[in-house]
Amino acid sequence: MTITTLKPDTDAQLADAVRWALSAGESLEVLGSGSRRGLGRPVRTTHALDLSALSGIVAYEPEELVLTARAGTPMALILPLLAERAQHLAFEPPEGGTLGGVIACGLAGPRRISAGSARDHALGMAGVSGRGEAYKGGGKVVKNVTGYDLPKLMAGSFGTLTAFTELTVKVLPAPEDTATLLLFGLDDVAAVGVLDRALRSPYDVSGAAHLPDGLAARSTVSALARAGGAVTLVRLEGFGPSVAARVAALREELRADVVLDAPESRAVWREIRDVGCLGGVGDGGGSGAGPGPLPNPPPPSAGEGADLYARLTPSPAPAGEGWGGGQGGQGGDTPHLWKLSVPPASGPSVVAAIRRTLAVEAFYDWGGGLVWLTAPPDSVAAIRRAVGAQGHATLIRAPDEVRAVTAVFQPPPDPLMALTRRVKDSFDPKGVLNPGRLYAGV
Amino acid sequence: MKMPVPDSGVIARRRAIVEALRAIVPGEGVIVDEAELRAYECDGLTAYRQLPLVAVLPSTVDQVSRILKTCQEMGVKVVPRGAGTSLSGGALPLADGVLLGMGKFKRILDIDYANRCAVVQPGVTNLGISNAVAGEGFYYAPDPSSQIACTIGGNVAENSGGVHCLKYGLTTNNLLGVELVLMDGTIVRLGGKHLEAGGYDLLGIVTGSEGLLGIVTEVTVRILRKPATARAVLIGFPSSEQGGDCVAAIIAAGIIPGGMEMMDRPAIHAAEAFVHAGYPLDVEALLIVELDGPAAEVDHLIGRVAAIAADKGAVCTRVSNSEEERLAFWAGRKAAFPAVGRISPDYYCMDGTIPRKALPQVLTRMTELSARYGLRVANVFHAGDGNLHPLILYDANQPGELERAESFGNDILRLCVEVGGVLTGEHGVGVEKRDLMTDQFDAADLEQQQRLKCAFDPDGLLNPGKVFPTLHRCAELGRLHVHQGELRFPDIPRF
Ligand SMILES: Cc1cc2nc3c(=O)[nH]c(=O)nc-3n(C[C@H](O)[C@H](O)[C@H](O)COP(=O)(O)OP(=O)(O)OC[C@H]3O[C@@H](n4cnc5c(N)ncnc54)[C@H](O)[C@@H]3O)c2cc1C
Ligand SMILES: Cc1cc2nc3c(=O)[nH]c(=O)nc-3n(C[C@H](O)[C@H](O)[C@H](O)COP(=O)(O)OP(=O)(O)OC[C@H]3O[C@@H](n4cnc5c(N)ncnc54)[C@H](O)[C@@H]3O)c2cc1C
Repeated sequence: MTITTLKPDTDAQLADAVRWALSAGESLEVLGSGSRRGLGRPVRTTHALDLSALSGIVAYEPEELVLTARAGTPMALILPLLAERAQHLAFEPPEGGTLGGVIACGLAGPRRISAGSARDHALGMAGVSGRGEAYKGGGKVVKNVTGYDLPKLMAGSFGTLTAFTELTVKVLPAPEDTATLLLFGLDDVAAVGVLDRALRSPYDVSGAAHLPDGLAARSTVSALARAGGAVTLVRLEGFGPSVAARVAALREELRADVVLDAPESRAVWREIRDVGCLGGVGDGGGSGAGPGPLPNPPPPSAGEGADLYARLTPSPAPAGEGWGGGQGGQGGDTPHLWKLSVPPASGPSVVAAIRRTLAVEAFYDWGGGLVWLTAPPDSVAAIRRAVGAQGHATLIRAPDEVRAVTAVFQPPPDPLMALTRRVKDSFDPKGVLNPGRLYAGV
Repeated sequence: MKMPVPDSGVIARRRAIVEALRAIVPGEGVIVDEAELRAYECDGLTAYRQLPLVAVLPSTVDQVSRILKTCQEMGVKVVPRGAGTSLSGGALPLADGVLLGMGKFKRILDIDYANRCAVVQPGVTNLGISNAVAGEGFYYAPDPSSQIACTIGGNVAENSGGVHCLKYGLTTNNLLGVELVLMDGTIVRLGGKHLEAGGYDLLGIVTGSEGLLGIVTEVTVRILRKPATARAVLIGFPSSEQGGDCVAAIIAAGIIPGGMEMMDRPAIHAAEAFVHAGYPLDVEALLIVELDGPAAEVDHLIGRVAAIAADKGAVCTRVSNSEEERLAFWAGRKAAFPAVGRISPDYYCMDGTIPRKALPQVLTRMTELSARYGLRVANVFHAGDGNLHPLILYDANQPGELERAESFGNDILRLCVEVGGVLTGEHGVGVEKRDLMTDQFDAADLEQQQRLKCAFDPDGLLNPGKVFPTLHRCAELGRLHVHQGELRFPDIPRF
């Protein structure tokens, strides 16, 4: 089946497109830049809605801590603009794709533990609902409780409620300096114990991760690659004198082995954010039936950053390259990538429970609360059983045909699922926008 | 302010409703006596009063669920209430509605330091949480000035803030999960002890929903390690423009202070007369900048803030050198409301947010409005995030003054929206700002919000008459107006 891609140039055209789909009984796959179509449940639609033409900065006011941009604005445009004013998106989103995509996927990097997620930085939105109606929610100031907090609901809605046209996000000063403490050779339980101590300390830790034996060796940062075993990482960021004082104090308290300087520290946390040691989240490529993936924009910063990015993709993954779902038909026994959100202290026990039946590779971020793991195909039941009701597991990277028949996102218990359906219906009663992306039938 | 016309049919069935509630909550948990009901007739917005049909004080989640289910079946409205400190009338009772008080849910269920969170019942006070974890050096960050009294359930419903929320966030940024009972009695859990809840961010929508979507019966909050130190700088400026410039320059320098408060001349004078904090009286704007965190950081930043202040024309700068001095700087600001209460029989506290750069313009217009309405105004201001609290001084015993104060307040809030801000930064819409919602939102915006309410409460029985200026039936809101084949979008580029 060939897919026609509609690419509106204006908000009015976007509303027209959705209204047309409503009246014609068609459905639309919503695309930012389509950089990661091979993630989430594959959407079966006859048409794609490419929002990348709705692009551009609307207002950037560093002193007000807000940025308003069209939803299709590439992150590669936004991040350098913020960097010029020594600001950033504190939730550490990926550097590719569009602002709309980052918010729609509700993404956050290692700084999630101290700065929150995309949802915590989404202040305002405008868009077109599945009813074909243009509306807005939230505001353009950092503090606002007027009406329901719709920008939060939009964060992590994966394009299933509304096609965004404009987003306002909170921006914050970027840390002047950063350093990372490394501890070598800890097992998972001991490592999460150390991370807990670091996070309970008054030293404002902004990254807390653990790469078990075998995974650290895949890092491009030599202190990790040469560690010869597990590496536990604690990041400190802020003003120079403050970082120096905290590094000294915490190094002593945790008996850290090594301190990474700022460039190495930035490199290693970028790898962790991008799941480098397990091959990356994959850049998908869709079902192969569509227009094909649009190229991922290049990473923003030249020099060291760009260089590192190049070294990471394809990254030194165990099974080589070709991880994205886009390589649809690839070997049936290639491990799948999972993302687990659990109470931080439970991270190691959840992984241990999974290991009892499956051969997996796993590492921890968010002090143990985020577990990335690769597992053999057909591990869904075992993984979800281990996670239980205390969190949830998302299948991130697997071939299209697997994701099409797997509950990629962990289905909530029945009463919550019923509420979820009603929420979807309240924005998109006919299932025009990304039908089935989140859950079958939603 | 018009509330929905009470349903006389429901009022006529009061006896049956009371009996049904008594079957669920035995004994004194159902209140029908008029004198006892008086305790619930208003919240912190005392200008509006209404006795509820009946009040019920459940003590278990199962009771809450059965009460809601029963009310839904009987077509009876429900108004949730925590401590009743809302400043926007969110907990104002309805003549034909059940007031559901959550005051008996007072237990701290679980303090989990390894996951850096606490699980509490909704009737626990905001300060109660911080006190419970203080022994281990932790606290719960959002700190509304009402924190001794207000409940965490009310905080969730209002998405409350405090002076530290620029750096530490509002309630919504410090929550991990809630248990919520829907109007049909269904119990759902949103989030938990994990950082990222799966599925739609319903926790984000419930937070700040002002009791319109469900009853919060359990809350999991993040707890933080207390900052090692805190120091404050007290800075006086000859004009509010310079004060505003200084705030912008501090932020432009990459500094996000733990707190950054500004007061105007009337507020400074009222506070100084009340608590003798040692504030300078010859300035137009007074800024309190508090830096908190590791000592090395605070010492470093104090110097930078003082330098910025000098550069921006500060006429007096004092840096706290002891905890007593820091608290003295805050004493005046913390007492600003009662201080204003001393110089005027009544005051009306507003709560709009503006882009900070609009401050001089807004203050000038406010002075003009003050002259026009013949009412004085004092300003305290969460300067870091642009959240204004103008206090309008009036005397309720003078005929027409309350109405004038309200009109003045409405003009201020419209002005906030006009300059690119919003109607409320932390106190909520409630009944107070309900009819101003159309100044900030178009009909389409409000209808979409109301459709979302329909997903939680299809009969519109939970706290109706709050937040939305016009009530619509869900069936009407859900209707789609599309015409077959009407649009062929000829202009849209396609591939
Ligand atoms: C289920 C899933 C999980 C992911 N997890 C991670 C992760 O953990 N780490 C990581 O680095 N990357 C992750 N990604 C990749 C992420 O999509 C990209 O990094 C990028 O942020 C999106 O790029 P894009 O703008 O090209 O959007 P696309 O790839 O085109 O779309 C991504 C999603 O966002 C929606 N979307 C995009 N634009 C809009 C808009 N304007 N309005 C409404 N919806 C829109 C789409 O419908 C789609 O569901 C994930 C993606 C998905 C789908
Ligand atoms: C002196 C004073 C100072 C204040 N300072 C601040 C401040 O600095 N920052 C700030 O943000 N606010 C402030 N407030 C406002 C007020 O304290 C907050 O809005 C507070 O969160 C209300 O909590 P409460 O328990 O009193 O709730 P109530 O007033 O009882 O109710 C508030 C709303 O929440 C709903 N509700 C209550 N409990 C529940 C529940 N369990 N489930 C569902 N809905 C519920 C009610 O229906 C109502 O709509 C102040 C108020 C006063 C009087």
